[in-house]
Amino acid sequence: MAVDITNSLRSAQADSTIAGLDALELAGRRRRLGFGRRLWAGTWPKLIAIGLVVGIWQFAYWAEWKDPWVLPSPTEVGGQLWQFVGQVDFWRGVGTTLGRAVLGFALAAAIGFVVGVAVARNRVLRAAIGSTITGLQTMPSIAWFPLAILLLQLNESAIYFVVVLGAAPSIANGVIGGVDYVPPMLLRAGKNIGATGLKLYAYVIAPASLPAIVAGLKQGWAFAWRSLMAGELLVHIPDTVSLGSQMDVLRQLLDAKGVIAVMIAIFVVGVLADAIFGRVDQAVRRRWGVLEPT
Amino acid sequence: MSTQLLSSTLAGRSSDRSAVALVGVSKVFGRGPDAVHALDKVSLTVAPGEFVCLVGASGCGKSTLLSLAAGLDTPSAGTIDVAGLGSPALMFQDPALFPWLTVAGNVGLPLRLRGMSRVERQARVAELLRVVHLEEFAKRQPHELSGGMRQRVALARTLGLASPVLLMDEPFGALDAMTRDILHDELERIWTERRLTVVFVTHNVREAARLGDRIVLLSSRPGRVVWERPVDIARPRRIDSPEVAAIAAEVTDRLRQEVRRHGR
Repeated sequence: MAVDITNSLRSAQADSTIAGLDALELAGRRRRLGFGRRLWAGTWPKLIAIGLVVGIWQFAYWAEWKDPWVLPSPTEVGGQLWQFVGQVDFWRGVGTTLGRAVLGFALAAAIGFVVGVAVARNRVLRAAIGSTITGLQTMPSIAWFPLAILLLQLNESAIYFVVVLGAAPSIANGVIGGVDYVPPMLLRAGKNIGATGLKLYAYVIAPASLPAIVAGLKQGWAFAWRSLMAGELLVHIPDTVSLGSQMDVLRQLLDAKGVIAVMIAIFVVGVLADAIFGRVDQAVRRRWGVLEPT
Repeated sequence: MSTQLLSSTLAGRSSDRSAVALVGVSKVFGRGPDAVHALDKVSLTVAPGEFVCLVGASGCGKSTLLSLAAGLDTPSAGTIDVAGLGSPALMFQDPALFPWLTVAGNVGLPLRLRGMSRVERQARVAELLRVVHLEEFAKRQPHELSGGMRQRVALARTLGLASPVLLMDEPFGALDAMTRDILHDELERIWTERRLTVVFVTHNVREAARLGDRIVLLSSRPGRVVWERPVDIARPRRIDSPEVAAIAAEVTDRLRQEVRRHGR
């Protein structure tokens, strides 16, 4: 009886020591800032950047560095952009371009993923095409267009061909890097708790490589977007409007105001898409503990 | 293979009498003149419920021995027999938690891999977390915890394997002394309550004297069992008690003797 009481007293004491130690060790870890503060912290640098660019532009206009029909003022371009926003054709162009971007990127992601997994798993494939993938990345995608046009004629296939060639290597490299750099400790732990064969891939290797895969997708998107813009400027398809073709038509009409307005639209779409990928990337890295909350 | 047959027919199934039985285990990495003999004819028998500490200088193949016992690697020669179904549970110095899973997710993964239903799993995970006093932290991510807490999560995950044998490779090596002391108490309590068999590798001789029923000394390059000694101190023990210190001193002397052999 006495021993029992002493024992339970001892264990109660041990429990509170552990709880105290845990509390001490976790004290002082910062919590995340509120939503408003984070939004403001992310917004003001961008506002300053926009202000700076518009300021320089306005100054160049006032200084009459170029003739006003070649370099219109920010307000004129703003007016033109506002006019575009009211037109159905403009939105049809945005729709075509976004549709191509999404489909091209999805194709590139699917192909890049399959190739990445195959190369990561197979030693022979790695030796054969591992370095080719990295080599492909150094090729500027616009340099593929002449060949793509000869092979596939002036149609959408030529554009998709180049978009996939531009984006898939980054995505494949992301997958390969992710699988290669799974910490060996996690593999050992996974095998020990019963994750063998395909289960090891499903429960350990795939989630462990997710941050690298997301980074690869993000880079792949950037390449896809650049390739798509190059393609739309070069490959005109009758009866379809896209952001790139609109811009090229406006250039032929010597409409600098219109060209810059479309450029701004392209810029905004690119920035928005980038922000989405950035968000996903950050969320994954925060969950994985790679990124300390700010 | 023939060795295994021989020992089973002559002495019955070795797991009837022992929880871990290594017979003439050797491990060679590489071949030719560059080959490294990590382990050389190591034989070691651990009784069910026994707590054995393996100590040795660096390069004695302690970690190799555990990898072999855990079935993560195969021996070059000899047989290994470990009680229980499947491979025995193994813990490392690194908690090796999966960063994308919560604490509960980590502890529940072995159960999930075994096909346990969600409802059953929840109850088991809660129970395992209570064992290591982390029930409040079930929904946290590993990176939100301290080193000692992560190692306790790893312990809970390992216990979820329900293996009668627990292999530990310097599990507390990276922790501060205060946390380590507390985890010694915790491990001792869990070992007693669950009647586990523990093979515990460490280079900390005090830790070995604090925890072990028996201390086994391995030589370096090649790794061999050169000496062993029972630890006949009543439990619960304290790491700063004179009895523990006396045995630690004896082991240290023996270990230094072994290390000096390499200086010549």
